[in-house]
Amino acid sequence: MSRSPDTTTDPLWARIVVLALVAVFLAGVLILPLVSVFFEALRKGLPAALEAIATEDARAAIKLTLLTAAIAVPFNVAFGLCASWAVAKFQFPGKPFLITLIDLPFSVSPVVAGLIYVLVFGAQGWFGPWLLDHDIKIVFAVPGIVLATIFVTFPFVARELIPLMQEQGVDEEEAAISLGASGLRAFWSVTAPNIRWGLLYGVLLCNARAMGEFGAVSVVSGHIRGLTNTMPLHVEILYNEYDYVGAFAVAALLCFLAVVTLVLKSVLEIAQPRSRAGGH
Amino acid sequence: MTISIRSVEKRFGRYPALNGVSLEIADGELLALLGPSGSGKTTLLRVIAGLEFPSDGQILYGDQDMTFAGAAERRVGFVFQQYALFRHMTVARNIAFGLDVRKGAAKPGKAQIAARVAELLRLVELDGLGGRYPAQLSGGQRQRVALARALAVNPSVLLLDEPFGALDATVRKSLRKELRRIHDATGVTTIFVTHDQEEALELADRVAILNQGAIEQVGTPDEVHDAPAGAFVAGFVGEANRFAGEAKGGRFTLGDIVLRAGEVRDGPALAFVRPHELLVTDPGKGDLAITVAHIAPQGAVVRIEGATEGGQRIEAAIARQIAAGVHPGARLELAVSRAYVFPA
Repeated sequence: MSRSPDTTTDPLWARIVVLALVAVFLAGVLILPLVSVFFEALRKGLPAALEAIATEDARAAIKLTLLTAAIAVPFNVAFGLCASWAVAKFQFPGKPFLITLIDLPFSVSPVVAGLIYVLVFGAQGWFGPWLLDHDIKIVFAVPGIVLATIFVTFPFVARELIPLMQEQGVDEEEAAISLGASGLRAFWSVTAPNIRWGLLYGVLLCNARAMGEFGAVSVVSGHIRGLTNTMPLHVEILYNEYDYVGAFAVAALLCFLAVVTLVLKSVLEIAQPRSRAGGH
Repeated sequence: MTISIRSVEKRFGRYPALNGVSLEIADGELLALLGPSGSGKTTLLRVIAGLEFPSDGQILYGDQDMTFAGAAERRVGFVFQQYALFRHMTVARNIAFGLDVRKGAAKPGKAQIAARVAELLRLVELDGLGGRYPAQLSGGQRQRVALARALAVNPSVLLLDEPFGALDATVRKSLRKELRRIHDATGVTTIFVTHDQEEALELADRVAILNQGAIEQVGTPDEVHDAPAGAFVAGFVGEANRFAGEAKGGRFTLGDIVLRAGEVRDGPALAFVRPHELLVTDPGKGDLAITVAHIAPQGAVVRIEGATEGGQRIEAAIARQIAAGVHPGARLELAVSRAYVFPA
């Protein structure tokens, strides 16, 4: 028999102290900065903030950020599905190594990740001369930013799906196949519905990180205004130029996107158990 | 559909799961694959299904070589140990799945599929539950849905992996009868895996007993119980007292116990005596004598546990009237009406 959380034996004062500590910590470290971002952005009124977002450079940065996320997220969804499928449903040598490899972007500093791409694709890099000859730009251009973002957001979908798919095993797929379903049909009618919540959750986290990534993108971007600046990079530039309203206005927009992501995630978490109860 | 399994081997890496298994399954037969865990019975079932492929040997359906054909091509109905119902589909859609995935002309119309689903729900006695989700069903009901789903495609053979393993004892018993009824109603060749000998002996027409990836014996429940082919079967099927002794000139000896050994060659031997093959005799006429340690009445029989002077533990099942005067500590002489002796 497991006890429900409210029948804890801890004394009342201990619970209050612990709760208060958490509340103070959250307020100071998370909520206060978030509020100050919006406060600073609106210091000179809403029109000024909107104007800062509407400048040509800001619009280009927003577009680039959305474009990067629009490429990186589907790519990592495809990769995450393949990787978790392979890990969960097949037996092959080197499986633990693959799982470790998927975690690599979490443990490597984003700056290092960016530098790797400069080393490989930069003018002095391994493929640099060849790329120059063929007039292909990767570093200090959009492809580099996308590659760096993909690298950094690599694990989100796979990490979310691997445990889920491992827990579900292969029985249902085998049942579908034995009943005459093709592999693709088995995936669409059996696997996909079973993993859809986990997948959505992974996509949201992946998307949040793709839009917010700074370090790796900063190294490969080259900071060309209106061309290779993403929103986080644009915030930094404006801030360094003492354009506080502009910097905080763009930052507030980023925060807003993050908050939307979190709200969506919470909605999913509330919706999920209900669907599970009907489907488990 | 008759199924022929010819010298099938299956290795996982270097671990041999099946060692040259050969088995013929007759059309319409209900066969049990019985064995301890790790004996290869589930692997054999999956090889028959086309969910695994043999490393060597042949599988024939009728006279067609199906060794490397997939499960769908063989048209098997497979019931998984944990049922593997599609959790996000209703019972009706689960059952219809095998028909839904058909393509083109082979796919029945909507009305036909609905009729087939209704017919199957009736067969497994789940009328009116077609709209439920698997999570809303009891274990026994899920098992019936899995059975109906497998039967929906009119399979050439029905394969069940530990079909009653996840159920409690009462549900188990009633579903056993149910499976027999459904088998008799459909006439489909059926093979099921079990580690429960009671289940195998009660339900199956024939039982194949597996041990360490090989078949020890195939026969009717009576045959494997009353005429075990080897020491493993004698010890595994039914209860038996086991004696490790010596065979010489047609006699088995262990201390002061002497039994007829038939044709067994001289050397170390194992003898098996079922508890009900031990009869109480007058002093001086028995094959062995025990000191009674424990008495447990069980309905019409009384189970008597004791030990010989040599320390060999003995369990006997004695008719209640005869055992009436027996008390712990009493000395009892027993005659062996039948013993199975095999070279060790």
